[in-house]
Amino acid sequence: MPLLIYGMINSVILALYAAGFSLCYGISGIANFAHGALYILSGFTAWNLMNAAGLPFYLSAILSVIITALLGFIFYWVLLLRIRGIPLAELIVTFAAGVGVLELLMWEGFYGMRYSLPIFVRGGMDIGRVGVDYQRIFVLLTGIILVFLLWLFVHHTKIGLAFRAMAQNERTALSIGIESDWIGSLSLAFGSALAAVAAMVVLPLGMMESAIGQEVLIYALAVAIVGGLESTLGMIAGSFIIGFGQVAAARYIGAKWMIIVPLAAIVLVLVFKPSGLFGKYKELEERV
Amino acid sequence: MAETKAQFRKKRLDRGIKARSDTLFAIASKKDMLYLLMPRALPVLALLVLPLLLKGYWGKVLVYACMYGLLALSWDLMASCGLFSLGQALFFGMGAYLAGTLNHYFHVPPVITVPAATIGGGLVCAALLAPVVRLRGVYFAMITLMLPLLLIKVIDATGVFGGTHGLPSLSPFSSDILATYLAVAGFLCCLFVFRRVINSDYGLVLRAIRDDDRAVMSGAINIYWRKIQAIFISGCVGAFAGALMTHHYQFLGMSAFALDYSILPVAAVAFGGPGTFAGAALGSMVLVPLSEALRALGGLRMAIYCGILILSIVGLPEGVFHYMARKYHQFERIVEVK
Repeated sequence: MPLLIYGMINSVILALYAAGFSLCYGISGIANFAHGALYILSGFTAWNLMNAAGLPFYLSAILSVIITALLGFIFYWVLLLRIRGIPLAELIVTFAAGVGVLELLMWEGFYGMRYSLPIFVRGGMDIGRVGVDYQRIFVLLTGIILVFLLWLFVHHTKIGLAFRAMAQNERTALSIGIESDWIGSLSLAFGSALAAVAAMVVLPLGMMESAIGQEVLIYALAVAIVGGLESTLGMIAGSFIIGFGQVAAARYIGAKWMIIVPLAAIVLVLVFKPSGLFGKYKELEERV
Repeated sequence: MAETKAQFRKKRLDRGIKARSDTLFAIASKKDMLYLLMPRALPVLALLVLPLLLKGYWGKVLVYACMYGLLALSWDLMASCGLFSLGQALFFGMGAYLAGTLNHYFHVPPVITVPAATIGGGLVCAALLAPVVRLRGVYFAMITLMLPLLLIKVIDATGVFGGTHGLPSLSPFSSDILATYLAVAGFLCCLFVFRRVINSDYGLVLRAIRDDDRAVMSGAINIYWRKIQAIFISGCVGAFAGALMTHHYQFLGMSAFALDYSILPVAAVAFGGPGTFAGAALGSMVLVPLSEALRALGGLRMAIYCGILILSIVGLPEGVFHYMARKYHQFERIVEVK
């Protein structure tokens, strides 16, 4: 039972980490290696809005999501636009931007117990002899609602449909009047916003520090590789495999083996099905 | 805005020397000989003389520059067969850990540990990356980025090889000047051997894999085996740097897998210009001393590095070396548009 509940929560956290990365890559083909940095940056923004500007937590959380989305949007138009279509350059620029932001935060002295976000709901409850605090349940619910909303958005709104069109075939999308730069920047903004949402609900569980940024990026990559980079179903499946694997490893073998699980999952998937469990579109041409 | 017709344009002419092809130089005058020799001989001479002039702190910086130069060269070799790595720290750390553990637990002297770690590190890295060698582009980069970071966590969690504290008091080289010359010699050898290799038939195949791997496959060449060979060679180079460094500092720790060793070589190549090795060498020789000069700024160093990296990729994608080479080899003059 504890395995089931905590495995579930861990999986949803991983899915939240990976959602923004995988959305952005799926649509515009930009592997946003600054994802982890954006995650931490949004936490930092919220903290500053709360403690320096004195806003209430809910307001500053919403504001920081919006600010992070804007940052992603500007990042695309200022830097990425010039090197669009050169995968290596895109990768190096996003990676460098991510590391730069993290180092800048570290330099500012942004680590330690002092920095943490308050939890949304206090208290806890028992689910069949297993104690769970409300914040973790809140994370679980947020994850489920977010995935549902994303699905609605992508299937039933104009921008969402344009996203899918871009993901399937950029040239055809272009020929029916979907502007690729506009959609690309929007996808980056959405990815950043999702990273910020994940930060707002997951960060209160622990303390904030710059090093978490790398961890988030690693997990997002692991989930994306296991599940297949461009499919939502794959992302969910990947996060559940790694999430439950980690909790099971921590419980039956020892906590220090948790870190082996993503690595092992990646190697196994790459050996047996290199395009990921649910990878669809770009299967043969791009990966192998 | 009304379109204006261009009045003048820049015309580029190659500087003439008597006879010139890729493999053969038939040279008549001393001036021509100097023209060809200078850009090669000057840096070599400078690197050979500098260890005698620089003492203490800046001597260490020179070793640092050579280390990063080696890593940048190994990055460039992998990139020239289409393998974009974000984890040169894997090679560096593997060499450092092999040499360090051999020395700490079995008391093997550096004369043996450095070559052993060089070959062993290359083998281990090639074996680790062999399963993912089929991946391309971003996917390969993701794996290489993750490997060293995960290895740090494994060492941290299991506490093997000294765990978080590392292994102190390894045996040093007999003198500082020897270590410096070893680093310089390794760097220069690597630079000129790589430059020669990449223009040989073997290097031609590697570059062809980068440009169009399917065409190479249809030529009945096993591209995966070639890629593994390239990883082995650059793994050896990176591991050599790591082994040298760990003996030079007489300390082995988890920092050998740190992100610095992944990002700085890429920054050096991006600054200097990829594909020629000379660009990688130039980049590291400029950026490493620069970063040492910036050390007063503390943690901001890496952030400034990332800034340079982004600016140089967005602003001058061809790299400084290509730009300088063009200026050196060509006249430019303004001519009227007729």
